[in-house]
Amino acid sequence: MSDAHLIEPNRRDFLYVATGMAAVVGAGSVAWPFIDQMRPDASTLALASIEVDVASLEPGMSLTAKWRGKPVFVRNRTPEEIESSKKVALDELKDPLARNANLPADAKATDIDRSAGEGKENWLVMVGVCTHLGCIPLGQQGEYGGWFCPCHGSVYDTSGRIRKGPAPENMAVPVFQFISDTKIRIG
Amino acid sequence: MSGGHSTYTPKTGIERWFDARMPLPRLVYDSFVAYPVPRNLNYAWTFGGILSIMLVAQILTGIVLAMHYTSDTTLAFGSVEKIVRDVNSGWLLRYLHSNGASFFFIAVYIHIFRGLFYGSYKAPRELLWVLGCIIYLLMMATGFMGYVLPWGQMSFWGATVITGFFTAIPLVGDWIQQLLLGGFAVDNPTLNRFFALHYLLPFMIAGVVVLHVWALHVTGQNNPTGIEVKSKTDTVAFTPYATIKDGFGMVVFLFFLAYFVFYIPNYLGHPDNYTQANPLKTPAHIVPEWYFLPFYAILRAITFNIGPINSKLGGVLAMFGAIAVLFVVPWLDTSKVRSAVYRPWYKLFFWLFVVDCVLLGWLGSRPAEGAYVAMAQVCTLFYFAFFLIVMPVLGLIETPRRIPNSITEAVLEKNKGAHVALPAGAASPEAKV
Repeated sequence: MSDAHLIEPNRRDFLYVATGMAAVVGAGSVAWPFIDQMRPDASTLALASIEVDVASLEPGMSLTAKWRGKPVFVRNRTPEEIESSKKVALDELKDPLARNANLPADAKATDIDRSAGEGKENWLVMVGVCTHLGCIPLGQQGEYGGWFCPCHGSVYDTSGRIRKGPAPENMAVPVFQFISDTKIRIG
Repeated sequence: MSGGHSTYTPKTGIERWFDARMPLPRLVYDSFVAYPVPRNLNYAWTFGGILSIMLVAQILTGIVLAMHYTSDTTLAFGSVEKIVRDVNSGWLLRYLHSNGASFFFIAVYIHIFRGLFYGSYKAPRELLWVLGCIIYLLMMATGFMGYVLPWGQMSFWGATVITGFFTAIPLVGDWIQQLLLGGFAVDNPTLNRFFALHYLLPFMIAGVVVLHVWALHVTGQNNPTGIEVKSKTDTVAFTPYATIKDGFGMVVFLFFLAYFVFYIPNYLGHPDNYTQANPLKTPAHIVPEWYFLPFYAILRAITFNIGPINSKLGGVLAMFGAIAVLFVVPWLDTSKVRSAVYRPWYKLFFWLFVVDCVLLGWLGSRPAEGAYVAMAQVCTLFYFAFFLIVMPVLGLIETPRRIPNSITEAVLEKNKGAHVALPAGAASPEAKV
């Protein structure tokens, strides 16, 4: 009986394996375009950068721009708002990371690293989407004077850091730069 | 399909011609005319038929609505208003479709609770139950995507929150969300694909319904006693008995649907959905459609981190888990007795479970704050405890009541004294009301 296992593979065995392999590879390569077409298309990706004029923003005011279909909050913070944010110790924060796309991923959530940086500390630019389930938080509200999300009650402070509620992360700071004193390019 | 002997005899030449080539008339006769059904089915068993006509009604109204609808973010909201105001009979078709979806879910919930009460998921009907769960899952996907199409504020923000669930998945979450949305936020690509899928899924439901009915006709129907059919006196013919009873149930059910369509067509909707979607403004209080509220309450009940799982992922897992647990119910219930009629303790817990689900639904419509959160957490705990603790443990420790020897015996016992001529009742079920 044992020599039954030693029979040389014949032409039918080869065709069987070859057909099977062709079917698997073929099905996989046909399936991919069907999945791939669902991803963001070229025109969506092309809208990746916008310019925002912030000349009209006095301290304490903010505006909302639309970037990649999402709102971006630009806030000209008052010195008091910056102070109150600076006073918070890092270990009091729910999310200790800056979440600032302009900085290394492990940057800490200090007020300066959340803002537009040295000399432009009054400017806060961030994607206005609650990190819980994507609602738009309301500005100048909540107990820290920052943002309050009406959907599930997340509270953010004046540098957009999560302080209370179900949201897990600070609101994201997108890639941006000042192209003049009053103009910001986002993306 | 029934696995029994076919009793179909073609009478005319044309029937014989078909029977020799494609015996469709035989299949219909064996499945819906001569098919034996337990003689003691109550009105809870009419919801299978009601669900079938609701599916057909939703597909019919949906197809004609699609002829007037435009799935473009700049035009969608206006096109739905145009259907209601300008299209001939458009108001009727639109409200039949939107209220029809709600009534579809009312019927499916009664159908599911019926199955849980009478143990219709137990061997040999496990596969029948699992197929039903798949239909329910497809219904939820269809209902959710349909609600996005009118492109109101609730459509948009509901879609944002629900697709946001996927961002809770570690590492690949954002990629999956972008794959679903076709962008970085809910936008035109999202609306277009939801419309395409909303059109497709009902036909997939219809496909699984065929499998569901096939599995049903292999095992035969369960019945209020949970006792298997043993002899001919236990059953009556599908037609006229079940067809008439189902037909009467449908008429009563459609009467309620008609009341909603004609008198309170927006009662089950949300006023915010009559404001066009605005991606820069979230409504003060987002709620899903009523039939998702219990699951929404479970999602929001998880406000705390569980070990390495943060509150967001925990909520999403609990919500999907609440649906996934239904799939394994046949293997969680350890009791040998099917029907809750003979299980005093299970009966008590079953009704507590019904109350729990209704309470969760109400909590889902409340804001997530204060006492509501604590109540939702207790209700969520009971929801899972019912399946994961009560079902397995009760089967082992509960003493069931005495079970009749057959369906016929159970029926005659119940009607004792009501009929003077007992043998007549037993021999010819037609004599029974």
